[in-house]
Amino acid sequence: METLKDKILSSYVAFENNMNINSAVHDIRSKALENFEKLGFPTKKLEAWKYTSLNSLLKNDYSLFPDRGRSIELADVKKYFIHDIDTYKVVFIDGKYSSFLSETTHDNFDVCLMSSALTKPKYKAIIENYFNKAAKQDNLTSLNTAFASEGAYIYIPKNIEVQKPIQIINFTTGSEAATMIQPRNLIVVEDNAHVQIIERHQSLTTNEVLSNVVTEVFAARNATIDYYKIQNDELNASLVDNTYIKQETNSEVAVHTFSFGGNITRNNLNFFQNGEHINSILKGITIIEGKQHVDHHTLVHHIEPNCESHQDYKGIFNERSTGVFNGKVVVEKEAQKTNAYQQNNNVLISDKATINAKPQLEIFADDVRCSHGCTIGQLDDDALFYMQQRGISEKQGRGLLMFAFANTVLESVRIPEVKSRITKLIANKLNVNIGFEV
Amino acid sequence: MLKIQNLHAEIEEKAILKGLNLSVNAGEVHAIMGPNGAGKSTLANIIAGKEEYEVTQGSIELNNEDLNELAPEERAHAGVFLSFQYPVEIPGVSVTNFIKTAINETRKAKGLEDMPAKDMLKKIREKSELLEIDRKFLSRSLNEGFSGGEKKRNEIFQMAMLEPKLAILDETDSGLDIDALKVVANGVNKLKSKDNAVILITHYQRLLDYIVPDYVHVLHDGKIVKTGDASLAKELEAKGYDWIKKELV
Ligand SMILES: Nc1ncnc2c1ncn2[C@@H]1O[C@H](COP(=O)(O)OP(=O)(O)OP(=O)(O)O)[C@@H](O)[C@H]1O
Ligand SMILES: [Mg+2]
Repeated sequence: METLKDKILSSYVAFENNMNINSAVHDIRSKALENFEKLGFPTKKLEAWKYTSLNSLLKNDYSLFPDRGRSIELADVKKYFIHDIDTYKVVFIDGKYSSFLSETTHDNFDVCLMSSALTKPKYKAIIENYFNKAAKQDNLTSLNTAFASEGAYIYIPKNIEVQKPIQIINFTTGSEAATMIQPRNLIVVEDNAHVQIIERHQSLTTNEVLSNVVTEVFAARNATIDYYKIQNDELNASLVDNTYIKQETNSEVAVHTFSFGGNITRNNLNFFQNGEHINSILKGITIIEGKQHVDHHTLVHHIEPNCESHQDYKGIFNERSTGVFNGKVVVEKEAQKTNAYQQNNNVLISDKATINAKPQLEIFADDVRCSHGCTIGQLDDDALFYMQQRGISEKQGRGLLMFAFANTVLESVRIPEVKSRITKLIANKLNVNIGFEV
Repeated sequence: MLKIQNLHAEIEEKAILKGLNLSVNAGEVHAIMGPNGAGKSTLANIIAGKEEYEVTQGSIELNNEDLNELAPEERAHAGVFLSFQYPVEIPGVSVTNFIKTAINETRKAKGLEDMPAKDMLKKIREKSELLEIDRKFLSRSLNEGFSGGEKKRNEIFQMAMLEPKLAILDETDSGLDIDALKVVANGVNKLKSKDNAVILITHYQRLLDYIVPDYVHVLHDGKIVKTGDASLAKELEAKGYDWIKKELV
């Protein structure tokens, strides 16, 4: 039987037919394909994939270049947007741009499509400077790069503070077959500029979906970026999110990842600090059940002195769900006065649930403050009794305690509508009537 | 209102209460004093329904209903309130949201609708004024980083909000400064009526200057070994517990 890898490799010729093969970008693609051909899909033999197996997903016969999916009505998908505020939107259906659902701009900055950025001369310089410049050349990133053709392209020039958040949403409709999509996003934020981004992947089908996404983010001097990833997909949808963030002096980038849905979710979140006084913030809430699996692999690479990183991941695992947290922090010899903080707290609700948590600190500088803490526990019985004593039922009390446990991560969310949406999702997910407005 | 007969209880096979009797009627204030480790908090926790303690003998009734059969939240719905000796910190839930949830869950158990937001706010305002609590305080996470005295004051604020029938205050006075003690005592007195009752667990006579008890009990080695009026507390303050222990042998 033809494996998914074979199928992908043999589809490349057809893919190339629609591309301009005499471009620098296409050279990058071809090299990436060679790389993928050599590496193949990750297996459990790789240390980084020890606890996450993609085998069950690779058996599916994915449609790699799905036809333009059925059109979708705004009313049917409105709930997947943050719709109570004005936002820019870059929306894709089965990997193809939906102008109908999108709201882009070229005013003083670009919120548009990767397919234009990769082909139009106007964007050539930026693509040459940034495209594939932060991404690692590992298996799945290479696979994405080989087929990189569509996604969100966001370019914010110097000194511009984008007032409205930008939503990037990928819908899949795969009405006939399992679907694999590989969105490729590029976000470049120049000196003193600011932007907020919300990213979401949403299956609208009962067929299997596999998304292998690569997002490259560049934060120049003094830039600030707030990035929210809402992972609340259907149980037939799996996601590999590869995000690479390169920061320069004085920049601050915060990524919040909310993982509630999906079948298998793997987050590879990588920060590279190229400058001083950089702040990198990585936060996550994972709440899963059934046989769901969420894996957070984070990397913060401290390269220069006087920088900070703050990681705070909370997980609640019910039934047979499984979680992985692997937080790697590298502090280079030159990176003195680094302040790296990492916290990972987990609650196992069922005795069948598992979490594999591993901090990985590689510190080559001597004058640094690095702290890490990892807990795996059950709910606090004394706190539960306290709540019951005040008239709150055991079930509600448990829900409220889990809610409270997760909720502290939301303090750093800067878009109130995102905060209240996530709060509601959490309350829903935990089946708790929080009994108050948020 | 509360009737405890021959109560024996243990934890991890260690007997703590050893045949305790106590009756409290509506409208009364009872003080329970006694040396460290005598079993005072244990008694309070057992009345509130903490599961770790195993009742091996005897009965606890509230208004003729067997409390042993009820879950902690059901006891709360029946009107039992315990101000904890060591209130638990719950990060992530604000005082306001916690008390709203507690009130509405209690109402739900009684088949009532949620309290209208307007009434809730009014009540929160009234009770926080009564206990001289800064409103900003109410949006902080429950007990997290509160000083010892702030925790105790917050317990009594919750009591004021919930208006229990039987309030057990376990060393609520410990940790309160003199002014705070007056405020809290005044709050408790305002809430007192002929329909409810208060049990004060304390080590210090001073609290009893402000909230005057009808009865003072001495709990020693798992039993109530002496009962008197408010003057007993003064005597204990002056003489300690040794003379009572001697009386027993
Ligand atoms: N969870 C527990 N596990 C083991 N022993 C316990 C537990 N809780 C209480 N005890 C023991 O029971 C006895 C009574 O404790 P309790 O807390 O009721 O005393 P107390 O009268 O409230 O004392 P204090 O005045 O110091 O507050 C003590 O010896 C205590 O160590
Ligand atoms: Mg005690």
